[in-house]
Amino acid sequence: MIARILTAIGLLAVAPALWAAGAIEGEVQRQPLNTSAIVMFLAFVGATLYITYWASKRNSSTSDFYTAGGSITGFQNGLAIAGDYMSAASFLGISALVFSSGYDGLIYSIGFLVGWPVILFLIAERLRNLGKYTFADVASYRLGQTQIRTLSASGSLVVVAFYLIAQMVGAGKLIQLLFGLDYHIAVILVGILMVLYVLFGGMLATTWVQIIKAVLLLSGASFMALMVMKHVDFDFARLFTEAIAVHPKGEAIMSPGGLVKDPISAISLGLALMFGTAGLPHILMRFFTVSDAKEARKSVFYATGFIGYFYILTFIIGFGAILLVSTNPAFKDAAGALLGGNNMAAIHLANAVGGSWFLGFISAVAFATILAVVSGLTLAGASAVSHDLYASVFKKGKANEKDELRVSKITTVCLGVLAIFLGIAFEKQNIAFMVGLAFSIAASCNFPVLFLSMYWKNLSTRGAMIGGWLGLITAVTLMILGPTVWVQVLGNAEAIFPYEYPALFSMAVAFAGIWFFSVTDKSVAAGDARARFIPQFVRSQTGLGASGATAH
Amino acid sequence: MHDDMYRRIQASPHFQELVSKRERFAWILSAIMLGLYVAFILLIAFVPELLGARISPDSPTTWGIPIGVGVILSAFVLTGVYVQRANGEFDTMNQAILDEVQK
Repeated sequence: MIARILTAIGLLAVAPALWAAGAIEGEVQRQPLNTSAIVMFLAFVGATLYITYWASKRNSSTSDFYTAGGSITGFQNGLAIAGDYMSAASFLGISALVFSSGYDGLIYSIGFLVGWPVILFLIAERLRNLGKYTFADVASYRLGQTQIRTLSASGSLVVVAFYLIAQMVGAGKLIQLLFGLDYHIAVILVGILMVLYVLFGGMLATTWVQIIKAVLLLSGASFMALMVMKHVDFDFARLFTEAIAVHPKGEAIMSPGGLVKDPISAISLGLALMFGTAGLPHILMRFFTVSDAKEARKSVFYATGFIGYFYILTFIIGFGAILLVSTNPAFKDAAGALLGGNNMAAIHLANAVGGSWFLGFISAVAFATILAVVSGLTLAGASAVSHDLYASVFKKGKANEKDELRVSKITTVCLGVLAIFLGIAFEKQNIAFMVGLAFSIAASCNFPVLFLSMYWKNLSTRGAMIGGWLGLITAVTLMILGPTVWVQVLGNAEAIFPYEYPALFSMAVAFAGIWFFSVTDKSVAAGDARARFIPQFVRSQTGLGASGATAH
Repeated sequence: MHDDMYRRIQASPHFQELVSKRERFAWILSAIMLGLYVAFILLIAFVPELLGARISPDSPTTWGIPIGVGVILSAFVLTGVYVQRANGEFDTMNQAILDEVQK
């Protein structure tokens, strides 16, 4: 038992990126059947399927399918972006980290947040003004369509695949923990529901599923934080005093612990989080669902607010769990460990402050969260295949809309089947590194190409190609040689690459590669790409010629 | 199709002014955000005891709490500041430029 807790704590310590969007890690115990949670979850599924039906009647063109016709408002999109970020793992994982180590939980949540302002300042409006459906539209704007779309689509699909595996395995573990149902049921259920949302409802349904979930999660978490604060008469000093008194680490929970080991790792992680977010295809595509740059900016403002608020809530919830859960023998087993592991801290707290129906509500919301995130991922993967690979690379931009839409729907079904298959195949695997890897790849391949295509006049197709692939390969190689895969997954004694997060190095390789192979590119195509920078620059700044909202 | 218009906009002094103003503002705000975050990480890495020090001897609250929450709030405030100016002043300038070339 003690060994299992130590493993769980160890996993938390090595895989912080996991919490942002990844999976529930380690061994989980199957819990008794939780009827109220299942009833609440069925209500959520019913409501979202109704929305999908409603959305399906408005879903006829590719623009509807990929971007909800650009009809989402900044506020709605802000909620949806926040929803993509507030995954089950970040809710349960960060509150569990606060529960076990106190202040360290706050440190990590800050790392996840600070990327957003930078995305707003440097990327959001240019992205909206240049793109139509996918970020590859922007990256390939003045470069060779075939090469850059293939690179971007590959980058997207790799990121989507790793992220999907982590989410599917997380869904399976979570359903054992929360509902007391079988792992395979969860994986198949998630696979089928996400295909239904995306297939029939497209982006409109996917966005609304995300919005509903975000509202439910924020209200549930607010209620829990409120009840915790009520317990201590809304006095933070009392909250901290009582927590220090009952926590085994005592006063150490109020200061940074050992989670940030050295500055290189910390900065590398920070880079992966900050710029990885700016290269995640399912986040970037949300910028095309609003009507113009004005709304795109507003979405980031609201998203930053909601995400920041959510992280402050999880901090209070973690401390609340120290007070109300760790002191209550009903939530512990004979050895004094939390039932179901530390990741259950927030769930037990829901029971402590709101009773069994509220427990059911929070469990259902946690599971709904996974559904909403995988739907967004599936849509991002489907658009990379149909819009970038099929319509632009395979058909050279001459595909008709009907065929493109059909390809995206076929891809959606394929991704659903693949996700179920991978979810089952990876059930017993250590997948802790996957979300970290997804962030690192996004930061080292998608982001440099996207960023330089908007900012650097001399970027050439050859430079973007070689540099982008180098970034991707370096990120994957260093991750495999690093402690997370080489030692923990492959069981070697010593890591060849000493740092957990390769982003600092792989981003440097990507940028250096793109720079070198662009400035040495004297071809005619490179000259053309430079000449097209001015029109692109003016469009990115003014929005003239940008694809607008389609009227219904 | 817009190529001619793009060149005219590019040549416009108003456009140059908008771009340099907005770029400078965006880079300054990015530098502030990155600076705050890097400073926070360096504090954790080199002087963790500072963040663990109590604000006052009779309160359990350590300096790390207001500093951490402060970084979260500053992210929100900085985005707010940018959106306020970009959606107001900059968009007005932008619209004027577009009106000018489309006359």
